[in-house]
Amino acid sequence: MNYRVTALVAATAAVGLFAADSASARDQVKIAGSSTVFPYAKIVAENFAKANAGLKAPVVESGGSGAGLKQFCDGVGEDKIDIANSSRRIKKGEQETCTKNGVADVVEVKFGYDGIVFASDVKGAAFAYEAKDWFNALAPEIVVDGKLVANPNKTWKEVNAAFPEWEVVAYIPGEKHGTREVFEEKVLVAGCKATGAEKLIAEKLQAAGTAEDKVKSAAEKACAKVRKDDGGKHAIDIDGDYTETLARLQANKESIGVFGLAFYENNTDKLRVATVGGVTPSVETISSGKYPVSRPLFFYVKKAHVGVIPGLKEYAEFFVSDKMIGEDGPLAQYGLVPLPEAEAKAVRETVKDLKPLAPLS
Amino acid sequence: MSAVAQDSSMSDSDAAETVGRFDNPALMRRRRREEVRFQAYGLIAIALGMSFLVILFGTIIRDGWTAFFQTSIELPIKFDAAEIDPDGTRNANALAQANYQKLANQALYGQLGVDPSSRAQRQAANALVSRDVDSQLRAMVASDPKIIGTTQNVWVLASGNVDAFAKGKIDRELPQENRQISDQQISWIDKLTASGAMEKSFNTGLFTNTASSQPETAGLAVALLGSFYIMLIVVLLSVPLGVAAAIYLEEFAPRNRITDIIEVNINNLAAVPSIVFGLLGLAVFINFAGLPRSASLVGGLVLTLRTLPTVIIATRASITAVPPSIREAALGVGASKVQSVFHHVLPLSLPGIITGTIIGLVQAIGETAPLLMIGMVAFVVDVPSSPLDPATALPVQIYMWATEAERGFVEKTAGATIVLLGILAVMNILAMVLRKRYERKW
Repeated sequence: MNYRVTALVAATAAVGLFAADSASARDQVKIAGSSTVFPYAKIVAENFAKANAGLKAPVVESGGSGAGLKQFCDGVGEDKIDIANSSRRIKKGEQETCTKNGVADVVEVKFGYDGIVFASDVKGAAFAYEAKDWFNALAPEIVVDGKLVANPNKTWKEVNAAFPEWEVVAYIPGEKHGTREVFEEKVLVAGCKATGAEKLIAEKLQAAGTAEDKVKSAAEKACAKVRKDDGGKHAIDIDGDYTETLARLQANKESIGVFGLAFYENNTDKLRVATVGGVTPSVETISSGKYPVSRPLFFYVKKAHVGVIPGLKEYAEFFVSDKMIGEDGPLAQYGLVPLPEAEAKAVRETVKDLKPLAPLS
Repeated sequence: MSAVAQDSSMSDSDAAETVGRFDNPALMRRRRREEVRFQAYGLIAIALGMSFLVILFGTIIRDGWTAFFQTSIELPIKFDAAEIDPDGTRNANALAQANYQKLANQALYGQLGVDPSSRAQRQAANALVSRDVDSQLRAMVASDPKIIGTTQNVWVLASGNVDAFAKGKIDRELPQENRQISDQQISWIDKLTASGAMEKSFNTGLFTNTASSQPETAGLAVALLGSFYIMLIVVLLSVPLGVAAAIYLEEFAPRNRITDIIEVNINNLAAVPSIVFGLLGLAVFINFAGLPRSASLVGGLVLTLRTLPTVIIATRASITAVPPSIREAALGVGASKVQSVFHHVLPLSLPGIITGTIIGLVQAIGETAPLLMIGMVAFVVDVPSSPLDPATALPVQIYMWATEAERGFVEKTAGATIVLLGILAVMNILAMVLRKRYERKW
């Protein structure tokens, strides 16, 4: 029976060798990043393979803008991803990491806009928000009678008399999502400024000895903070996808969730959308700029991989073609807010020339 | 005398007490009640466990059985030569580039009496058929160019929303603005259903299609193949390694502190959370060894590490169960140690080894967390032709469909879960049958 053992050992070794010898050339594009961009990237990847006979469909992963950009900036090489999807612009720090790791030329492609909407259960109450309502509901400290005090608001009715008497429970995107940053910037910080809290925070910081030139950014940072009192039950971070937010909302019908416009449009039978500043979110109101809470969507292309990985440039060009991101294209049908014509033209130029992103300031 | 009297009186009272216990109806009733009560607790525990199982399986099957059926629409499609091949060259490239979607849409307008000059009407009608209809028609023309110029009745896939509506997943009673299907579209669907041009049939696409952003064309092919490759690698690696390690530890290794430490660590390895194996796989197999991301080979290697302790522990247990008399008899007639192990002990412990391996595989096939780290949670369109190509796995596909926004994916998620549960059940039954069949009692 000894020869059987030998055969087993040989088989094991063979599998091991086969494993070690496998750094073969990659023939499809690899993409990772934002879960907001993920559905769009999937549609494009699918159609890309159909429209280009010789090329394989890209492999798309999702996991958040930050996680995607981290992988993207990890270096150049076949085992590194070629494109990072992002629902926010790349940060200065991330760009520096990229450069440090040899990912020198990065092409930034803005392919459309996405609205961020607030919605409750379809049978719930209607909300008409202003940015300041969100600040007064979720900030750790708010302005009462001209002074900064710990947030006393427990129900939406205390925030704004027009709202129902629901406890303040909001499911907001977790910090690894690009959506969170837009929520902070366009809603919380805007509300902070509108209620005058920013000025008070800045004064407080100045009194505490913060350097003059840093006061403004420090105050904005403080404005974007979310309350943690009552065991953190008022603002709950959702690290998963919008489906998780929807499930939470259905478990607690008297709560508010933050969603992407596309997700809401696919679930209008389950969600009731709130207006912001009196404007109902829709593709029209977002592309016209009337609805305030929207953000651009991006993907970043590693220029060093163009020409090495087959189909990379073709994918980027296909993505920004009118067939995909145009007004009648499948992405708009899914819920993407298309770029205005001039911007779309500029983006197509950038992709065609592979114009790298200048260092951010 | 007095002592005897005392003795007899004691035994008398003892006997009287014993008799009294059996005689005392109140005590007896209490004892019986206790017995009944204990059995009732046991039954309640089982009933609770079973009811959770029934609720779980019930909801999955209720949500998922419709995934095995797919709504299609029959359309008389006119393969217009002027549209498909205006030059009449029958050039393959030209045939591939033609606008097949338009052919399907025009057939649909004719069928429903849609006014082609109204854009809103056109769009509402276009939304009834799947966006994938063009590849279906393109494939038809490519395989048989002679159909150009003829009119054929073709069953085309309905769109995901129509499919969800036909299966009752979209509520007809909701106000129109909260529904994915408009009143106009509902009246068309009713018309098509009444004339027999819209029907549900078995959904082979669930098994043959790959990842898709539309629920009606999404399938499990990549996930099934990926899971198959992973299982193959796990079996090829973990069985020889695990069995060899177990035989050495059980039969040859000296009993000392070092073997004790190894034994404790094997048990520890079995208890390590699976995500840790994923991190290890990312660091060792992808970053260090340079294996491709998202490949089922890496998934197989990671899950081998996960399965190895299970196989070792099961193998050791079944080797220990072989009575020492067998080894002694073999050694007694002059067999060497290796001969006694490979001629006698190993064949006798084989049923236990196979059962343990299958249980290890069942664990591995349901594993998602480690695959997340090595990039197997991905959108993969191309069928993997080798374990080096990007692939997904069944539990990963379930997770990914669960996070989709479209309504059609809800049933797909449950349908894929049914497929996974079916595979697990088959494997578990196989393990049980093998054990029952080859098990030997000493």
